[in-house]
Amino acid sequence: MKELFPAKQVMGFVFSLILTAVALLVYFTDMSFHMGMTILLVTAFIQAFLQLVVFMHAGESEDGKSIYTNILYGIIIAVVTVFGSLLILIWDM
Amino acid sequence: MEFFERFAIPHPSPAIYASMVAIAVVSIGIVVGLTYFKKWGYLWREWLTTVDHKKIGIMYLISALLMLFRGGADAIMMRAQLATPDAKLLDAQHYNEIFTTHGVVMIMFMAMPFIFAFMNLIVPLQIGARDVAFPRLNALSFWLFFVGAMLFNISFVIGGSPDAGWTSYFPLAGNDFSESVGTNYYMLALQISGIGSLMTGINMCTTILKMRAPGMTLMKMPMFTWSAFIANIIIVFAFPVLTIALLMGTTDRLFGTHFFATTNGGMDMLWANFFWIWGHPEVYILILPAFGIYSEIISTFSRRNLYGYKSMVASMVLISLLSFLVWTHHFFTMGQGALTNSIFSITTMAIAVPTGVKIFNWLFTMWKGKIRFTVPMLYSVAFIPLFTIGGVTGVMLAMSAADYQYHNTMFLVAHFHNTIIPGVVFAMLAGLTYYWPKFFGFMLNEKIGKSTFWLLTVGFVLAFFPMYITGLDGQARRMYTYSEATGFGPLNMVSFVGAALMAIGFVTIVYNVYYSYKNSPRNIGSDPWDARSLEWATHTPVPEYNFARIPQISSSETFWDSKKNGHQLFKGELKEIHMPNNSGVPFIMGVIFFIAGFSFVFALWVPAVIALIGILVCLALRSFEQDHGRHISVEEIKETEAKIGGAK
Repeated sequence: MKELFPAKQVMGFVFSLILTAVALLVYFTDMSFHMGMTILLVTAFIQAFLQLVVFMHAGESEDGKSIYTNILYGIIIAVVTVFGSLLILIWDM
Repeated sequence: MEFFERFAIPHPSPAIYASMVAIAVVSIGIVVGLTYFKKWGYLWREWLTTVDHKKIGIMYLISALLMLFRGGADAIMMRAQLATPDAKLLDAQHYNEIFTTHGVVMIMFMAMPFIFAFMNLIVPLQIGARDVAFPRLNALSFWLFFVGAMLFNISFVIGGSPDAGWTSYFPLAGNDFSESVGTNYYMLALQISGIGSLMTGINMCTTILKMRAPGMTLMKMPMFTWSAFIANIIIVFAFPVLTIALLMGTTDRLFGTHFFATTNGGMDMLWANFFWIWGHPEVYILILPAFGIYSEIISTFSRRNLYGYKSMVASMVLISLLSFLVWTHHFFTMGQGALTNSIFSITTMAIAVPTGVKIFNWLFTMWKGKIRFTVPMLYSVAFIPLFTIGGVTGVMLAMSAADYQYHNTMFLVAHFHNTIIPGVVFAMLAGLTYYWPKFFGFMLNEKIGKSTFWLLTVGFVLAFFPMYITGLDGQARRMYTYSEATGFGPLNMVSFVGAALMAIGFVTIVYNVYYSYKNSPRNIGSDPWDARSLEWATHTPVPEYNFARIPQISSSETFWDSKKNGHQLFKGELKEIHMPNNSGVPFIMGVIFFIAGFSFVFALWVPAVIALIGILVCLALRSFEQDHGRHISVEEIKETEAKIGGAK
């Protein structure tokens, strides 16, 4: 019976509900803009990663390694692009 | 009548009217010719609806050559205008339009389809696959590129060409300073063909990762496939930036947003930033497949295996990462601080290291090899010193403090032509000569090919090396004329002579195709160059299924192993082959995209919305379509194999 119960998926579902609830707090409570944005960004990234791993089954197939390499490469490019642009156009202008 | 006024050319000249007539005559000629020879059905069945990677590759090739001549005509007009001081051949506005279209056509509609042509033609053969991973998506990619190119090319007869430079910097490209619809054409045409490029990127990555023949691990892939793989990874990560930048630019021009405006919180410099975040990786998208072609050619004609296979791969992977870290060097003078400029100077210089590794690997491949100086090899041998000069001047430009001196001078123009022409164009012509027999069944004439090579090389040196000197002397790029007192006259005349030689060189290519078609022998076998990698293991002409049996791979030069070391390439019995069906949907979607693009250019909202709905309908139809492809029976395979040279 234990193998049939999708514990990982149920846990993932509960956790994603919690994340959604936390994100909703930003709307329903009165907090500063920076605080709210920080919470939204953090919960959004955790949520996306959770969906990818638990429900889109990244890493479960034989090319799991290349999927994670790809994601890492994408994150590096995105971070470089965003912070590079900020450096060029705002911080060092 | 008022409705039609928007289609008028804002700044006409006799040359443009002549082009209108010429375009009309050629279009009517094509339609009449197709009807007279009853070729409509053939065109539709064999080409417009094809999903065969080889035919799509050939269509890319033809489009690229056509665009080469379009861009070349622009180039020769520019050089003619600058040949003498105070020339009156072109006025400022025409000159602006011509250097803009020259840049866009050569990068987006000549170099890109040229590399896509070789990726389509070669990659599935080199990895022992029967087609790309998504054949119909591949056809759609081609048609999106093609209608993008056509949309861009009609700009100079309908509504006016873009005139803000191929970089199209805002605020110049905004409505205030570029009033004609030209820049709308730029935004929409690049958007449409860019979507096509992005799809090719995903398609090729999947093909290379998933469809390699048994035994071919990543480190046993031929070098061109490796370079195509890396280039496509860069495409997947770089092109979305262009897509978004173009979308923002389009909404700025058509819907009055202020992303790149200087007022209302807009940031004009953001365009330059986005453009080069895409634009610098784009340079490597072009050059890496060119490096791959050189690797194949140099190893074949030196009769040696490629020196330093692993370091070649490592340097390309490093380049793919570094190419995203250097974009600021295109605008060192924009006003950011010394810290930023220093960081990007260093990353730029760092890119010279992996590139240098590749140069030495090619030299060591030739070292003690039995070199045969065929036409492809001549291009490759000329490439090494010429490209190195371009690389060295690149490092000069990379020093941000010194760049204030060179910025936007002819020195820069000389530098990037010095890398792109010997780097990309020579590679494409070398690849064209090298792979021609595989796809057309006859060799191009060597003698004419050699005169083409010499015309192009001498022409190139004469055309671009003087620009280094005039650039250092202060001749700015994109200036339509200069006074005699500057003293730039004689060297610009030398440039014009060089450009004329190159033009003659390109014409000899056309003559060579014609001459060889008439005179070359057809019994050349499937391996006329005594080559090393898998694409030469199948028949010439290549049957639609590529390989009757899927080959067994032992190394990156598995075909050479089968010739010299007794490796058995094709084992087992013939089996039924599963192939994709042709489809007219990609072509129809292309046409609808063209209508959408054209309507957006002129802000004709009703047809634009209808066309967008049409695109969605096509997508929906595809989702519900049941198409499981077709099977080629064993008897059919045997028949085909017997007809084209007996089963191997």
